[in-house]
Amino acid sequence: MAEVDDSNKPLFAGLSDVSISEDIPVEGEITVPVGPSSQDDAYSTLDEPVKETILRDLKAVGKKFVHVMYPRKSSALLRDWDLWGPLLLCVTLALMLQGGSADSKEDGGPQFAEVFVIIWFGSVVITLNSKLLGGTISFFQSLCVLGYCILPLTVAMIVCRLVLLGGSGTVSFIVRLVMVVASFSWSTFASTAFLADSQPANRKALVVYPIFLFYFVIGWMILTFSPSS
Amino acid sequence: MISASDGNKNTNAEPWGGFDDNLIQGSGSAVIDMENMDDTSGSSFEDMGEMHQRMKEEEEVAEEAAATEEDTGDDGEFLGMKGFKGQLGRQVADEVWQAGKRQASKAFNLYANIDILRPYFDVEPIQVRNRLIESMIPVRMIGFPQKVAGELYGPMMLVFTLVAILLHGMKTSGTVIREGTLMGTAIGTCFGYWLGVSSFIFFLAYLCNAQITMLQMLSLLGYGLFGHCVVLFVTYNVHFHWLFYVLWLVVGGVSTLRMVGVLISRTVGQTPRLILCGTLAILHMLFLLYLHFTYHKIVEGILDTLEGPNVPPIQRVARDLPDVATHLVNNTVKSLGISLQAQ
Repeated sequence: MAEVDDSNKPLFAGLSDVSISEDIPVEGEITVPVGPSSQDDAYSTLDEPVKETILRDLKAVGKKFVHVMYPRKSSALLRDWDLWGPLLLCVTLALMLQGGSADSKEDGGPQFAEVFVIIWFGSVVITLNSKLLGGTISFFQSLCVLGYCILPLTVAMIVCRLVLLGGSGTVSFIVRLVMVVASFSWSTFASTAFLADSQPANRKALVVYPIFLFYFVIGWMILTFSPSS
Repeated sequence: MISASDGNKNTNAEPWGGFDDNLIQGSGSAVIDMENMDDTSGSSFEDMGEMHQRMKEEEEVAEEAAATEEDTGDDGEFLGMKGFKGQLGRQVADEVWQAGKRQASKAFNLYANIDILRPYFDVEPIQVRNRLIESMIPVRMIGFPQKVAGELYGPMMLVFTLVAILLHGMKTSGTVIREGTLMGTAIGTCFGYWLGVSSFIFFLAYLCNAQITMLQMLSLLGYGLFGHCVVLFVTYNVHFHWLFYVLWLVVGGVSTLRMVGVLISRTVGQTPRLILCGTLAILHMLFLLYLHFTYHKIVEGILDTLEGPNVPPIQRVARDLPDVATHLVNNTVKSLGISLQAQ
């Protein structure tokens, strides 16, 4: 680098010899273009209230919930993925399934962990499978879609708990069965709609099968759930 | 100092094009690579595979460039200092590059492994379907080694299906209590059987000089689990004793025969064939019996102790232990209790 400096030196050394005659005004206005700075202000989230930040994130999550319930051809779930929604859904589902094992002498600890692990381990397996089959989707995008698509099953879980409050007879079982089957097919359909485009056309069936199995196991857990009396 | 300033200069110009500079080539590229590696550790995990590839290419380019530089000779003004500095710089850069590469390769391991595994998952749905059907058709062709597809998609999915079926069976037989542990047991059992027995048979095959690779063994045994899946799925939902035994003999037997046929065609000599196929057949058939019966005994015991209030809403009838036996046990316990009270 020393060489570069040396070679530069004579260039700038010549400048000191330049004389500027007095009548030419050496002054002017330095203007900074305003556009970029205002844009920075618009995107800056440092000085906004915390409430706004949280609300914005919640709004983004809510928007994706709507996307899952209305599985249109849209890339919003894929484009800006986040894992907040899946975490929220997963924790909700696991907490609601928690009461199921309270009738044993153990305190039901495994249940929460079990649901949690099934959901995350299952989605990781599905994602790896889709990557191995030559899918073009990225790892976290797939996790995001699979996580958000648990939403119908979580809704089914809430309904099941409400139905179970009324009692657990044949009627309530039929209601829960219908609810779970509907939400299970909804979940599978929605996630397939989002993920299918990223797969080679001839291998869709191979990708859909593990997704089907994954939601089937979760749906089964919801259906067989019985609160402790 | 040298490499740092050089690196800065290069990043200012263009992230990857540090080779046109007439200064020290190696150091420039190495520093830039390191910087970019650090950048990727955060968000864009996806690009790492690509970057890995690109870095490899770039390394080659750098070497070429260095070679050509040596050929053309240094410029006159740099002749004295540059030669020495260039050598030192290159040496340092090499070390930095090596260290960086080692670190990076750890991070890339996951993706590298995926690429290694990809060929084994290269199947079409029709192929999978055909292989599933073929796994139930024993072929009696001993003279010529039968083909075994080295593929892992089908076996993996069958093992996961078996896990799900086991879970289903455990739940319907009334195991709300031990759910967590049973979940782990289901996964452990299925994967343990698949991997464990495949390795064991592969080891035996190695001893018996059979011509089969580990991959083929995994695929063979994996598709052999299709019969298990079918049998267990049926018998967990339809509770007849005779049905299970018939299915066990027919479906389980057929899928076992298929594997035995393949192994026989790939082994030479009577004794090795007997050892290998006998072991595999016994293990495979007993595993199905084990899956059907073992958990159920535990469940039965727990249900007996809990009695009544804790049974789940859709509990099925206890199917595997004959009623006579449970009555007998109950009666003896009762009579024992009465006799104890009397004393």
